[in-house]
Amino acid sequence: MKDEVDNREERVANLKGMGCARKRVEDVRFTQGKGNYVDDIKLPGMLHGDFVRSPYAHARVKSINIDAAMALDGVVAVLTAKDLEPLSLHWMPTLAGDKQMVLADGKVLFQGQEVAFVVARDRYVAADAVELVEVDYEELPVLIDPFEAIKSDTVLREDLEDGADGAHGPRRHHNHIFLWEEGDKAATEEVIDSAEVVAEEMVYYHRTHPCPLETCGAVASMDKVNGKLTLYGTFQAPHVVRTVASLLSGIEEHNIRVVSPDIGGGFGNKVGVYPGYVCSIVASIVTGQPVKWVEDRMENLMATAFARDYWMKGKISATKGGKITGLHCHVTADHGAFDACADPTKYPAGFFHICTGSYDIPVAYVGVDGVYTNKAPGGVAYRCSFRVTEAAYFIERMIEVLAMELNMDAAELRRINFIRKDQFPYQSALGWEYDSGDYHTAWDKALSSVGYDDLRREQAERVEAFKRGETRKLMGVGLSFFTEIVGAGPVKNCDILGMGMFDSCEIRIHPTGSAIARLGTISQGQGHATTFAQILATETGIPADSITIEEGDTDTAPYGLGTYGSRSTPVAGAATALAGRKIRAKAQMIAAYLLEVHDDDVEFDVDRFVLKGAPERFKTMKEIAYAAYNQAIPGIEPGLEAVSYYDPPNMTYPFGAYVCVMDVDVDTGTTDIRQFYALDDCGTRINPMVIEGQVHGGLTEALAIAMGQEIAYDDLGNCKTGTLMDFFIPTAWETPNYVTDHTETPSPHHPIGAKGVGESPNVGGVPAFSNAVHDAFRAFGLRQAHMPHDHWRIWKIANDLGLHD
Amino acid sequence: MIPAPFDYYRPTDIAGVIALLEEHGDDARVMAGGHSLIPMMKLRMAEVPHLIDLQDVAGLDGISIEGGTIRIGAMATQADLIDHAGLAEAAPILREAALQIADPQVRYMGTLGGNVANGDPGNDMPGLMQCLDAQFTLVGPDGERSVAARDFYEAAYMTERADEEVLTSVSFAAPAGGYAYEKQKRKIGDYATAAAAVQLGKEGAQCTAASIAMTNLSDVPVWSQAAGAALQGTSVDETAIKAAVEAALADIDPTEDNRGPVAFKRHVAGVILTRAIQSAWARA
Repeated sequence: MKDEVDNREERVANLKGMGCARKRVEDVRFTQGKGNYVDDIKLPGMLHGDFVRSPYAHARVKSINIDAAMALDGVVAVLTAKDLEPLSLHWMPTLAGDKQMVLADGKVLFQGQEVAFVVARDRYVAADAVELVEVDYEELPVLIDPFEAIKSDTVLREDLEDGADGAHGPRRHHNHIFLWEEGDKAATEEVIDSAEVVAEEMVYYHRTHPCPLETCGAVASMDKVNGKLTLYGTFQAPHVVRTVASLLSGIEEHNIRVVSPDIGGGFGNKVGVYPGYVCSIVASIVTGQPVKWVEDRMENLMATAFARDYWMKGKISATKGGKITGLHCHVTADHGAFDACADPTKYPAGFFHICTGSYDIPVAYVGVDGVYTNKAPGGVAYRCSFRVTEAAYFIERMIEVLAMELNMDAAELRRINFIRKDQFPYQSALGWEYDSGDYHTAWDKALSSVGYDDLRREQAERVEAFKRGETRKLMGVGLSFFTEIVGAGPVKNCDILGMGMFDSCEIRIHPTGSAIARLGTISQGQGHATTFAQILATETGIPADSITIEEGDTDTAPYGLGTYGSRSTPVAGAATALAGRKIRAKAQMIAAYLLEVHDDDVEFDVDRFVLKGAPERFKTMKEIAYAAYNQAIPGIEPGLEAVSYYDPPNMTYPFGAYVCVMDVDVDTGTTDIRQFYALDDCGTRINPMVIEGQVHGGLTEALAIAMGQEIAYDDLGNCKTGTLMDFFIPTAWETPNYVTDHTETPSPHHPIGAKGVGESPNVGGVPAFSNAVHDAFRAFGLRQAHMPHDHWRIWKIANDLGLHD
Repeated sequence: MIPAPFDYYRPTDIAGVIALLEEHGDDARVMAGGHSLIPMMKLRMAEVPHLIDLQDVAGLDGISIEGGTIRIGAMATQADLIDHAGLAEAAPILREAALQIADPQVRYMGTLGGNVANGDPGNDMPGLMQCLDAQFTLVGPDGERSVAARDFYEAAYMTERADEEVLTSVSFAAPAGGYAYEKQKRKIGDYATAAAAVQLGKEGAQCTAASIAMTNLSDVPVWSQAAGAALQGTSVDETAIKAAVEAALADIDPTEDNRGPVAFKRHVAGVILTRAIQSAWARA
């Protein structure tokens, strides 16, 4: 008997299925510099594109003279809006129902906007030719502040008909995009007006940028002989790009092949469709040669898909005892020059209405006003689900402000208001159905792990020592409890450009018992080749090491909506599990036939089907796979393949509890993060090591955003943070040590109970870091100081509070 | 991030370098580690039709310590300064400062000569060289001359060096007493928000010599004679430090940038200098 148990353990170990800290199979090539990125693609006769970009934030383009550029040896073409107009490609639709200039059509609306596209024989000639294109601009008034833009007489978007509705309803001003509302406004106002305690605050989540290590780029290759277009690019959603390319170009979809090769980080930056992609395609069609375009770091930071920029005015009401009674939020959303947010069509503010957070708030209202300004377009979900980081930051700041108003400990205030375990599935006041959670257990575990009471004692002593002049350092305890909403999403209410947000997996078992699976998603560093193989290993009994995972080639992969918003595991992961179960169901019939018993008499056991009650009689998946191809089995088709398209019944709701302990130097504004504890509950855990890596990465991006990273403009609309000298990316030196922990509350509606984790640490991390800064100054009355908390802004907090006197 | 076209030269001796400089004048620049010049060229902020790489020029590297004088070749890298055991003993402030410049990869390329000759107010070594009262050796068509670091800087990127001259080495007397190089920056690789180099001599409980310089707080490095004088003859107590800081703050002229506004920079400059003085005095 003992032998058999050992043997089973060995079989489980060989499988490397779910729950196993399997090493990432991708890392071998990445750590050896053997990845294959867009810029590694070199096709015969390939030309190179480069953009002439606007130096002005708002200007009329009076003329463009390309003669000198065309005269430069090696220049093949210079495209302007005039050249794209006959193809109707001088403008393109955005994911948000707006349209966007591909190349400047009469005017420019932000610094760095694409004005002309130079195509040359090599990258260097293209860069030289860019300098030779002469553009005559006439400067126009610049609108940087959304509150000013919404009142200004200056019309930014002259292309939009005055008074006409936008994609999301009426526009009340020429620089207004939409007002989107959710919840019961009248009831919320009534509750707040008559509440015992109300806290009110403006919370700004500043403009920042995903800044992936690899910038965006594409190689377009139009084969005029067979009429096929191949497009390699940095696409987080290659199938969507294929469909959009077909609709825009008129090329039939079967004649377009889109390939996302290795992608060096996406973080939402590679979801949208950018002018560079369109111009590469047009240039390849025009020249008949492949055309490569890869933006540089400055172009990426200045022009390609910013994130956040939400001014959130909140009111939260409570009883004197701290029970929250209502939440009101009005957002002024700065969308820049074009509304190019990447959200599901019906949600122009994404899932911002998850902003009641982890709390049982009986009534709430959210209104979001989208506004045009002279800034770059974007509004992408930077390592988060759609506008969820904004929502989490908002509610976690409002909780802190309310705790001050109530003179109550912020940890206790959270505990009083958490949705209880027995309330799940929980219907939120703003329309979401939270699938599962156990917030109190997670919170208690987090607070006891960090020694919360001792920290508060130490902090109080520090404040006294500071007041006595014995130290110039204050101590902050940053709390954050977040609920994510990921896995977009149910096709009934989630689509992008009309395409439902299902996802897919197709699996083929080879005769010798190994397999290939293809998915509609695309890894940008998440480790899909590792983790999806683990799901399949557990579901099919084929070792993960014997399963190839392939994504990103639309000619071979099943249709899917791609990877962003932590949707791969909740959606494609479910499709993968269900495809695996189809394989298993057929394998069961084959095993029963081979064992000469009824289907119901065999059961699955790790890597085989065994005869119930007689496990010594079995057929391994290897044997079954071989039989599937090589043995005539009555009533069963040869082969062992399955495909599954999964339309999720609901989103998933990962959650977590984070604590950041920080020392703040009042005199210099510098900070030292002494301790960071992150408890994540992402439901069923597929690979603990990959989860830990995701958490470390997400927390580091959260650190960057909270403590220094921003896209800032001066009054003339010049981007002040266009290089990595000024745009903060933490190195190992700035990154603190993280302690990770977990609880495990499976999703009840997901086939394997998994919820997704990649974005949780950014969603929960930003409020933890920011709250630590605020908390350090709580004893001196600080209520709200906007991020990023770089040295001078922290110094200013202290200065404004009189701590330098 | 693609530079304009340029010709690349790799001479093997100083005479070859000077001949090229004489031939091309303004259109030529010498390059040491390249970590300031190449980014400027890639941003097309510096157009250098003729780029003269000094890597193969003989006799520009090396660190020697003889008879209390330290001589460092212009091509010695920051990493060389950090790794040199004799230098760490003779002038530990150099190692302390070099460790706060950029990151290890950059320090393997970036040189002392490039750092001091470029005239970038953000560079750390010019202020430190002023603190140490170093002499810069310049070689040109008319031979060799020596310029004091304290006289070398005229404005941002403008120095005493003539177009056809090359800075070949730096020399200074081995400092005595306590030292400190304090620097506040936003992150690894950043220029200083404020930095201070302090070297203090001590006999008994008294400060016998004090030299104080500051970095990135004006368009040139700032050696504050008055700040040093405020410490000399004192016991470097709170009053003396305050006087020294006040004197130094009168000599700086920071400008607002993404690191923060002027008031913040002045405040931080005072804090950093105070810490540097305290640290140097504790080591004296």
